[in-house]
Amino acid sequence: MLKVENVGHTYGHGPGRHVAISDVSFEVTQGQLVSIVGPSGCGKSTLLRSLAGLIKPTEGSVSLNDEPVKSVPDGLAVVFQDYSRSLFPWLSVRDNVSLPLRRRGMNRGQRAEAAEQALVSVGLEGSAGKYPWQLSGGMQQRASIARALAYKPTLLLMDEPFGSVDAQTREDLEDLVLRVRADHDMTILLVTHDIDESVYVGDRVLVLTRAPGSIRADLTVDLPDKRDQITTRESAAFVHLRAEIGRLVRDKQIAEVPEAAAAESAGPAERVEEGSG
Amino acid sequence: MTAVTERPAVRRVTVRRGVPRLRRLGLQVAVLVAALALWEVVTRQVEQPYFPPPSVFLPQLQTLWFSGPPAHAFLTEEALHSLVPSLAKLATGWAIAAAAGVVLGLALGRFRPLRQYVDPVLQLGRAVPPPTLIPLFLVVFHLGTTLEVVTIAFGVVWPVLLNTMDGAASVDPLQLDTARVFGLGRFSRMFHLILPASAPKIFAGLRVSVSIALILMVIAELMGGGEGIGEDLVNAQRTFQLPAMWGYIVILGVLGYLLNTLFLVVERRSLRWYRGSRQNEPL
Repeated sequence: MLKVENVGHTYGHGPGRHVAISDVSFEVTQGQLVSIVGPSGCGKSTLLRSLAGLIKPTEGSVSLNDEPVKSVPDGLAVVFQDYSRSLFPWLSVRDNVSLPLRRRGMNRGQRAEAAEQALVSVGLEGSAGKYPWQLSGGMQQRASIARALAYKPTLLLMDEPFGSVDAQTREDLEDLVLRVRADHDMTILLVTHDIDESVYVGDRVLVLTRAPGSIRADLTVDLPDKRDQITTRESAAFVHLRAEIGRLVRDKQIAEVPEAAAAESAGPAERVEEGSG
Repeated sequence: MTAVTERPAVRRVTVRRGVPRLRRLGLQVAVLVAALALWEVVTRQVEQPYFPPPSVFLPQLQTLWFSGPPAHAFLTEEALHSLVPSLAKLATGWAIAAAAGVVLGLALGRFRPLRQYVDPVLQLGRAVPPPTLIPLFLVVFHLGTTLEVVTIAFGVVWPVLLNTMDGAASVDPLQLDTARVFGLGRFSRMFHLILPASAPKIFAGLRVSVSIALILMVIAELMGGGEGIGEDLVNAQRTFQLPAMWGYIVILGVLGYLLNTLFLVVERRSLRWYRGSRQNEPL
């Protein structure tokens, strides 16, 4: 459903320009949950903004269901990392969730009902009348997930959605995403810098190289669909995969060699030597 | 559904520095009374006809203004005759300017190129002291209500316009992105995002403009000769009714205080979310 071809983005011109991502290509099929992981500053957010149609990449093209993405596509929702700024503080949680539904041609009652449902599915039914700033960080992020769910997108993008909540809340929210995905059959792209998280929630993990970011590896997560914070994380497959991704993310030298060579996995000896960088 | 076991955010308790509310009010009244007493003592000592003591001009003011029937909130004919036209001009000038300032400010704030071109003109316009334009307005509008309303509006429009522009220009980019992602239409974007996001700055501009409006109302009446408190004031001064003159000065001070207080009440109610979200911001 989502097709990304040779996408690159450069900020600015001349000597001060910054190549954030270059030559990123991948495809996502309907219903997949793809994690995108990479070292900090590798252009993850730039990539996500390009996919969302919020910026026009300077190179390459993005298409959603065979339609080229020129501006924000209709069936797309985003959960931003900075929940406290992306929710409108002057609206109640309920109104934050139902505001985007106006353009869906729903009347007031239908909007309220859809908002209520979405809030129930993220476990916030008791907080609909509160303002976002009266909620904890984790609850605010739930509210912004509810806003995205009520919108019923075909593609949901999440930009480091759990980057600024505590560990316990983070695990709860990861399970929430897995549940949402099972319930709604949505295609989800989740950008994260947390390797464990990328494996835990993903069907597939795309590893980006250091800036300018491009696809370093495309790994299938070979874990059962039903996941559990304790048992999944201690399974041999999980441990192995996170170690492999960890090396791919950290490995400086490999990241700097040309794309073709970088796509292959590196030998163990090299990984250990460069692993500390 | 899994159970949600998140604790609500720890609300920082607002620290009322020092004294509780009632005692603070008491102290405020005490200071006011002390100031009046000092005024009384000093004016009695100097015995200047230009500086009558409060005990002379306040009772006079009371008979002149506040001895009316209860149906008129105890205001006399005399008081209504001055107060109504003055407040009507104030409200009209302020409302026209506030509406124009907000609408123009939003447009300029959201449209960067236009704002950059127009900015020098705005700064220039703001720098012109409105009373200096009264002679010009006199030529155009002649003496009367229009002149006074225009003078008030001209002074009021700048703080409102510039503050609104500033507010609309500094809407959080992430909130604008959110609006784009969720496809908010023009109307929703304006009324559910840009206007509320700019509201704290708009209110600040409006509040400053209330006191400017009061000042300009008096000046316009002094120079324009229309009916109102300003005219009463200048008449009292010209006919050497000095206690009456002082009475009008006090009336104007109280009026300014009341308008500002009224405005603060409205502002507090409208911006509850703003204070709440500010209080909960991480340090």
